[in-house]
Amino acid sequence: MAAFLARRLLGTPTSSSSALISASRAFSSSTTPIKATLFPGDGIGPEIAESVKQVFTAADVAIDWDEHYVSTEVDPRTNSFLTRESLQSVLDNKVGLKGPMATPIGKGHRSLNLTLRKELNLYANVRPCYSLPGYKTRYDDVDLITIRENTEGEYSGLEHQVSLFFSSLVKNLADYLSFDFVKVVKGVVESIKIITRKASMRVAEYAFLYAKTHGRKKVSAIHKANIMRKTDGLFLQCCDEVAEKYPEIEYEKVVIDNCCMMLVKNPTLFDVLVMPNLYGDIISDLCAGLVGGLGLTPSCNIGEDGIALAEAVHGSAPDIAGKNLANPTALLLSGVMMLRHLKLNKQAEQIHSAIINTIAEGKYRTADLGGTSTTTEFTKAICDHL
Amino acid sequence: MAAFLARRLLGTSTSSSATLISASRAFFSSTTPIKATLFPGDGIGPEIAESVKQVFTAADVAIEWDEHYVSTEVDPRTNSFLTWESLQSVLDNKVGLKGPMATPIGKGHRSLNLTLRKELNLYANVRPCYSLPGYKTRYDDVDLITIRENTEGEYSGLEHQVVKGVVESIKIITRKASMRVAEYAFLYAKTHGRTKVSAIHKANIMQKTDGLFLQCCDEVAEKYPEIEYEKVVIDNCCMMLVKNPALFDVLVMPNLYGDIISDLCAGLVGGLGLTPSCNIGEDGIALAEAVHGSAPDIAGKNLANPTALLLSGVMMLRHLKLNKQAEQIHSAIINTIAEGKYRTADLGGTSTTTEFTKAICDHL
Repeated sequence: MAAFLARRLLGTPTSSSSALISASRAFSSSTTPIKATLFPGDGIGPEIAESVKQVFTAADVAIDWDEHYVSTEVDPRTNSFLTRESLQSVLDNKVGLKGPMATPIGKGHRSLNLTLRKELNLYANVRPCYSLPGYKTRYDDVDLITIRENTEGEYSGLEHQVSLFFSSLVKNLADYLSFDFVKVVKGVVESIKIITRKASMRVAEYAFLYAKTHGRKKVSAIHKANIMRKTDGLFLQCCDEVAEKYPEIEYEKVVIDNCCMMLVKNPTLFDVLVMPNLYGDIISDLCAGLVGGLGLTPSCNIGEDGIALAEAVHGSAPDIAGKNLANPTALLLSGVMMLRHLKLNKQAEQIHSAIINTIAEGKYRTADLGGTSTTTEFTKAICDHL
Repeated sequence: MAAFLARRLLGTSTSSSATLISASRAFFSSTTPIKATLFPGDGIGPEIAESVKQVFTAADVAIEWDEHYVSTEVDPRTNSFLTWESLQSVLDNKVGLKGPMATPIGKGHRSLNLTLRKELNLYANVRPCYSLPGYKTRYDDVDLITIRENTEGEYSGLEHQVVKGVVESIKIITRKASMRVAEYAFLYAKTHGRTKVSAIHKANIMQKTDGLFLQCCDEVAEKYPEIEYEKVVIDNCCMMLVKNPALFDVLVMPNLYGDIISDLCAGLVGGLGLTPSCNIGEDGIALAEAVHGSAPDIAGKNLANPTALLLSGVMMLRHLKLNKQAEQIHSAIINTIAEGKYRTADLGGTSTTTEFTKAICDHL
């Protein structure tokens, strides 16, 4: 426990928020392609990654893809199926795009997503959620962004079965005396939720900066501080402090259960939402459901020093892998997020409009959207719309 | 910490699940009214409680209301504005109905809801959620029940600062509480003719805590092979609920997820003004309650919507096995809202509380 805390407190210092968006890199030359890491992933990953490459090429996006695959063996340096080289590639390029990855079943290695998150210090998960014109759900007017703290909170992984004393001492004594006292606490388990000022300030800073640079008007902090006074209370406190630095942005605090109810009744009440880990997990998936599901939702993970790893958050869909049926929309929209992060806004807008118009037109749609097009037909339609 | 655990482990023993529903009481005599505690509550509470009394009288429900109000002073025996007599009343009558209560701001006393929950050992919060015909929302086909574990989990209130800027909150899951709520959920499903129970969790991340909860649900599920059982991750569950709530029937969940999901589901059908709720305690205690707020801005103006409290009253009647009258009153409420002629302001109408109540009585 002490070692864990020492690691957390002595961790990497936070770079100034200005570096988050305007990463100090040479983007000026229009002839030098930008290197970006690409993890196609598993299942339908390679097919949809191919779509992205085609669309980007058709749009003349000067990106040089640095492709990496998940290995079939665990790399001892990372304790994962992701090699040290793959991770270093993202750290060097500072930008990447990731398809769905399925962690192989087994023990003794970390999950792939966890590896990426920890090694790249990805602290905020950003998911814009908006109704797609032409793809009708019960909601027409969703337009919000969820920003989720991604490193701590309820997902710290600190759980244990409760024992009252040092377990070995008591167990030996209990065995010696044939005393069942130790069994009494079997069946009581604890999970520790940690909130730190550092992580909360970091994600709050990002949320308000995002709101400002993207022309959003309101930031809502989601919490349960009436019950969890110290933990969610600290998170709110940090949001309060950052809010004061942005008087032009409206700021409110909403209790999580109220928030869910408001979202299903009237999602236009929200603009940018910033939340600790668990609530963020729940709310971001809820919002994805409002607009049609994970097959349409882009996502981008923000790391220290201006690292951005965009990713499709749906699964690897092994049942349709290799059949040219997959919907590349989520990965394409995530690619657009990546382009905006790189400030290639013109091309980002071009590609984004092409995707929206193709779906709105309704002529070419993949099976999950109720159509009959293949992945390649859908991709070609988008390229044609550029 | 040790004292807390000792209290929890040596706490009241669980009564057998049979007493949960068929409480051993003398309900046979049709002339002896059943005593039930009534907490009208604050704000709009007294008005909607009056509605309930009128409707129940019109339906010839043999209930004798034992009214209790929140005091203006803290009772040292309960460390709350609820007096010891009020709590004892529920323990004696074993059934009650509660309106909205606003805990006065201040320190040195427990919140009213917390007091009730702890003193009466209310371990399961049951909220049926169904689309009301005639009151249109984006969803037409919601028909599910959320059953939320109400005593532990993330709401154990155990927080502390580790070092400056680092705070911890402890979530506790015990086998005892998880078994208790799981047993209730499956028994509820069986006695109410429901076909599926879904356990909501995040055990892929919280492997030990939510894992223990799931384990308990698994064990109880084995005793009910006729009831379909599934496990759904909380974020998936929320997504499925907003896309297709018909996928769910009975949901059983630990405390925090239950809080979130039950309010989400209330939102699907129109909000907290229409949602009944019933808290189940040991030894067959049932305290039905309206979960909306006390709405001080419309208090005393005859504008409040009594639907939530009325439907909660219906839940109370079903608990008492007065099913015929429960069905009668329930139909009257549904038909009145469906008809659309008399609706309170929050449902988009212009009726007053008394007009709406009278319309329900007329529909009986």
